[in-house]
Parts: sequence; C-alpha cells; structure tokens
Amino acid sequence: MNIQVDLTESNNVLEGYIAGEIDAHTAPVLRGKLENYQSYQGLEAELDLSDVNYMDSTGLGVFVAFYKSVNSNGGHVKLKGLSARLKRLFDITGLGDIMDIESVGKEGN
Amino acid sequence: MIHEIENQYKEILNEYMKKQSEQNLYVGQNFSRQLILENIAPEEVISMHKGAIQELYGELPDVVWHSFDFLIEMMISYGLALQERQSLLRQQEELKVEMDLAANVQETLLKTKLPLLEGLDIGLLSIPARKMNGDYIYFVSEHDGYAGVAVADVIGKGLPAALCMSMIKFGMDSLSSSQALPKDVLSVINRIVEKSVDDSMFVSMFYGSYDAKQARLTYGSAGHEPAILYRAKDSEFTELYSKGLLLGVSPAAVYEEHTVDLEKGDLVIMMTDGVTEGRNEEGFIEREVIYELIERKKEQPAQTIVQYVYDELERMQNAQFQDDFTLVIYKKV
Repeated sequence: MNIQVDLTESNNVLEGYIAGEIDAHTAPVLRGKLENYQSYQGLEAELDLSDVNYMDSTGLGVFVAFYKSVNSNGGHVKLKGLSARLKRLFDITGLGDIMDIESVGKEGN
Repeated sequence: MIHEIENQYKEILNEYMKKQSEQNLYVGQNFSRQLILENIAPEEVISMHKGAIQELYGELPDVVWHSFDFLIEMMISYGLALQERQSLLRQQEELKVEMDLAANVQETLLKTKLPLLEGLDIGLLSIPARKMNGDYIYFVSEHDGYAGVAVADVIGKGLPAALCMSMIKFGMDSLSSSQALPKDVLSVINRIVEKSVDDSMFVSMFYGSYDAKQARLTYGSAGHEPAILYRAKDSEFTELYSKGLLLGVSPAAVYEEHTVDLEKGDLVIMMTDGVTEGRNEEGFIEREVIYELIERKKEQPAQTIVQYVYDELERMQNAQFQDDFTLVIYKKV
C-alpha cells in the first residue's frame, strides 16, 4: 500500500513519474500533489505510469479530475507507460477515447 | 454547589484519615464518580484536597503546600487534554449515530423490487465493504413484460457517494418506463450527474432492458465493467461490451446500445468491479476463476449461483472485500 509520486514542473511543462499502487488509500496523496498544478494556464502534463502495478476506480477518478481541470485551462494531459491492465481500465470506462494515453503493450499482472 | 462538594470531600477524607477502612475507600471511589458527573476537572480535585488538608490540619511544612501547587499546575494541562479527548469521543459518537442513520436512509431510499418476468430467473446480491454502499442496483418494472435494470458504481466512497446515488435514483424514477432505451436512460442520467457532481466523482453504469416475450436484452454501458453472457448451448462466456463514457465526465457523451437474444439456460452476469477486482496475496483473482465458479453452479437457480460466487470469492480473499460487491444474474428458464 504505497505510492511514489515525483512531479517536476518548468515552463508550464509538468513531468511526472508515479509508481506503486493507486487505490482508495493512496489516491489522496496523488490527488493532493496533482492539484498544485491543475490551475496552471496551458499546462502540458506528461505522467509516466509504467511502474504503477495497481490502480482501482478511485485512482481513475483522480486522473479524470486532473484531466478535466487541466483541459478547461487550455492544457493537455498525457498518460504513458500504461500496462495492459491499466489500459483495459481506461478503455472500459471510455476514458481511453477522450484522454491521451499510451500503453507499453506489456502484460500487466 | 462547589462549596457543598468541597465539604463532602472534606468529610470523606476526614473519615478515612481516622479509620482507613475499606468502607471509607469505597465511599471515596463512589464520590469520584460524582465528581466526573459534575464535570470537576482533575486540578480542581487536587485543589479541593489541598483546601481540606489545610482546614483539617492547619500548619504543615511548606514542602507539602509547594508540592500541591506543583501538582495543581501540572494537572491543568492534563485536564485540558482530557477534556479534548472527551469532546472528540462525543463527536465520534455523534458521527457514528449520523452514519447509521444515513445508512438506514440509504437502504430505504434504494430499496428495489425484483421484477417478475415470464421465463426469467433473477439472482441478486449487493454487499457494501463499509457502512455505506457505493454500488447501486435498481429495477424498473411495470408488469408489462418488460423490466429495466441499472447496475451502477459510484467512484468515490462513503457519504458523498451515497448522496450521489440518490440523485441517480431520482433520475431513474423520472424516466420510469421499463421500455426506455438504454442509450436514452444513460444520456439522461449523464446530464444529471454532470451538472451536479463535483469533479472527482463519477459513476459507471450498465443499463439493460429485458423484453420477456422475445427474451431479448437491450443493453448499454457508461464506462461500466462489461456484463458477461454465458451461452448454455456452447458453454462459452463472452463479454457484452458496449462503448460509452463514464457518467459525469462530459455532457456530450453518446451511448451505444446492443441487443442479445437469450435461449434456455443462458445467463447474463452483471456486476461491479468489486467482483472482478478481487485480489489476495497471490495477486488478482482472474475473470476465468469467476467463470469457472459460475459454470459449476449453472444448473442451479440464479440466487444460488450468485451466493456461491460471493461465498467462494470471500473465501479466496480471506473474507476481506476491499470494495462493494454487487452481482446480478439473469437466467433464461
């Protein structure tokens, strides 16, 4: 039950690396950190999820909220390195169609 | 009042000093309960003790009085901490009562009646992981040979999720036709949720409308875990995938709908991710495991299958579900 969230921002470009599990316990940590940037105008965010080994719907909610506010401020969110399991979660929820996501194509476990 | 208590204490202390009997001690213990009821702070008790000693014995060495003063000062912060703790306990108790009330209201509000349909056997189980259920199941039925079923999961937990759910219920009620088309139901509820819910709360929902005469299920999904179809004649499970965005993300979302005709022995399995996202020390419980459980009991009534799946998954996860569990099975008989 732990999570690592590293975010660095310069010139309105946000680079993020997230590792571990995103569930009801850890999601507030992630939400708190992302909220610091979501009101930037025209933010270009790129979050690397390749070391996220578990995410449930609470985690999904955090990314959607972030996506919605960045979008409404004229910015863009890209999620990359999604495992097959994570990719499925985004596809089922229809978020895969509206969000910019990139999977690694490896089997999740 | 305080004066009266001080006198009482002096008496009790005096009696004890004379005899030092068990009986005197017992009186003292009872008296301390009265002090708690009267909300006397610990430092006041010590100050009372100091006063009583002064009255009873008059002159004593300074060290005795200094030691009492020290103790009184010390107990002031002790008393404050105690007070804070008591007020927290009280608040906690109040919250618990309110939570119980809310859970009761939720239960009453979300009560739904299984529809009676020719040739359809329905099994249903919905168990919250905590007090409030974030899953929602609702049947729309008018005894006209049609019935709608909504299976929804509010992303976000606890009280806010429960409140969000009552909104969905009223949305469903306002549609209130068992023949309503899934794509229409989903887009109406989507607009309600989109307008009224905060940015990090979303709902996934499966909606199916069943026509008993033709044994035909028309279904759509708003970002929900796909329902599963079990075909009895070739013993195969397939996902009933239907494209559609989670409710509450975008007002412009459009929903698909599909139909499937059921034959005798076929099952439609509708659920929330509490069923499929189970895991234990060895990792995730794969969907194939759930298929296998269902296949083992496929000849049984729908309710028996549902209960069996729950019991087995509970056993595999050492009786600890992380998420609300909702499973509905339609069985064509």
